[in-house]
Amino acid sequence: MNIIDIINIGLFASTIRMATPIALAAIGGIFSERVGIVNIGLEGMMLMGAFSGVAVSFYTRNPWLGVLASIVIGGLLGLVHAILTITFKGDQIVSGTGINIFALGFTAYMSQIIWGSRGASDIVPSLTVIDIPLLKDIPIIGDILGSHTPLVYVMMLLVVFSQILFFKTPLGLRLRAVGEHPAAADTAGISVTKMKYIGVIISGILAGLAGVFLSLGQLSLFTWGMTGGRGFIALAAMIFGGWMPLGALGASLLFGFADALQMRLQSLSILPSQIILMLPYIITVIILAGVVRKTKPPSDYKPYDKG
Amino acid sequence: MIDDNPDNTKSNKIDLEIMRKLSHRLITIIPQLLAIMAAFLVGAVVLVLTGYSPIDVYTTMLQGAFGDIYGIGQTLTQATPIIFTALSFLFSYKCGLFNIGAEGQLLIGGFVSAVVGSSFGWLPAPIHILISLSSGALAGGAWGYIPALLKTKFGAHEVITTMMLSYIATYLTSYLVTYPFKAPGWVPQTVPIAESSQLPRLLQPTQLSASFLIAIVLAGLVYYILQKTTLGYNIKASGLNPLAAENGGIDVKKSMVLAFIISGALAGLGGAGEILGVHYRFIQGFSPGYGFDGLAVALVGGLNPLGVLLAAILFGALRSGGMLMTRATQVPLDIVVIIQSLVILFVAVPNLVRYLIRWRREKA
Repeated sequence: MNIIDIINIGLFASTIRMATPIALAAIGGIFSERVGIVNIGLEGMMLMGAFSGVAVSFYTRNPWLGVLASIVIGGLLGLVHAILTITFKGDQIVSGTGINIFALGFTAYMSQIIWGSRGASDIVPSLTVIDIPLLKDIPIIGDILGSHTPLVYVMMLLVVFSQILFFKTPLGLRLRAVGEHPAAADTAGISVTKMKYIGVIISGILAGLAGVFLSLGQLSLFTWGMTGGRGFIALAAMIFGGWMPLGALGASLLFGFADALQMRLQSLSILPSQIILMLPYIITVIILAGVVRKTKPPSDYKPYDKG
Repeated sequence: MIDDNPDNTKSNKIDLEIMRKLSHRLITIIPQLLAIMAAFLVGAVVLVLTGYSPIDVYTTMLQGAFGDIYGIGQTLTQATPIIFTALSFLFSYKCGLFNIGAEGQLLIGGFVSAVVGSSFGWLPAPIHILISLSSGALAGGAWGYIPALLKTKFGAHEVITTMMLSYIATYLTSYLVTYPFKAPGWVPQTVPIAESSQLPRLLQPTQLSASFLIAIVLAGLVYYILQKTTLGYNIKASGLNPLAAENGGIDVKKSMVLAFIISGALAGLGGAGEILGVHYRFIQGFSPGYGFDGLAVALVGGLNPLGVLLAAILFGALRSGGMLMTRATQVPLDIVVIIQSLVILFVAVPNLVRYLIRWRREKA
């Protein structure tokens, strides 16, 4: 075995695949934190997205309806988080933690009801890989970027779209203002509550999409706790990327690379699997410790009281 | 005459005073009680929608948890590790920290206590138990020191780091019991601990061990530390208003580090109690998520060590009653996790009750 077995074009294509759910969830995190709400519940929203996608694809045999379901469920959980934290001013971290535990329990429960197994669902119809015509023919770049499931390209578009939205449009300015200086936004006639709701619901939708990519984009089934902390890794990517979509994409690629490397090493079985499985978490901690000092959150995350 | 007896009015006054205090106490726990009721109600909806009878399920659960001495013993057994993890969460929370890594700290503490418990078999029992327990606490404390360092030196938020460290602890202990410390056989587990390090059992044939008593003593100790000592004062002041505390001459960072270490030690001790009192060896996956139970219990217990004891018994009952429920009704055990999460969500909104009252008044 030599280094080529580990680091090759396949590894980079795999990096893109592994980075996609993290990037989607990280942008979700940005939408929430930019309007001043911490969303620790990303992990649970992803898990519910992954599950509902598989469940709907199982019953309808149509993976795209599964994707739709995950978006709806993600958005609904976002709404729950919004109601608890914005309207009722509940503790944001407690609410997010509740959502995470709910997702873990609910998906395990329903798995047993639907498929009679706590560990894994049946195999269901999943998203297929598409080739992008011209891109595919470019050497190297084509091999890395040219053929993925459509959600990978959706992720790339969403990164660019949300970067523009936040920094080039009036709506983006309003969203940011609500998080940075709610009182000023209020005086300027912006509905603080409405903007916050929009941000948190979009956050849930993106997390749902991130989850369904794991279950229907990378695999064709749901497994117990399959998000494996990626919602938290996405939060780290969000912080590392300075709460900017493009920055978060960069960070997600780094975490995606760690994940891809972890899987590659796993298949070569040169180290015990547990040691390799630890890698992404250790890298997350190291990166978080290394960069966090230099970044400043976009909000103080306090509930806004009109006074 | 008798009517003019001054003692009588005095005792009436005291009665009133006690009643006032008692009713005040009752009002403060109303949100918690409502949250628990609401959670069971929504849980019932889930059960109905999935084709089960909530009345059957809840009665079986209650029967399993409190129906006989065995059930009560198992309920307290299940409550024990949750008391430790709840105290762990509570302690760091008072310092303004959200340590969701109790699961990892419990695993590390449990593993180290299993190794120490299976070595030094020549030690006399009380000393061996003491050393095994303290090594578990130390290991948990050391694991809790990592996020403390990451936060105070590098500013990394503890919610992410403690979660990551829980995953790392899960894989690390799994590796250790699959390779270097594996007992002969197929199961990933360590060799049994020596008899001299086993905690006494309190209620045969249940698994209730002396760890339960330790948990109760620690609840009192945590209460004492937080209410009566300078350390507790510093920790609470740092949590309430770090800036003011710093100005008042309190070393906030030091308080945070200590809170993290003590929090980790409490969870680690809980893990050690499970190993030395219940399983007698470290078995991979022995914790069904006691770390997260602890978080829920601390919140339901009103972030008060005495409230924690009551809430832990409720959650222990859910777990022990859940086992009979699954056997008797085939309902997946995860309904328990759903109910727990709903309790957390309802507790997240302490003023939900107030909102509901105001809403009704506005409608009327």
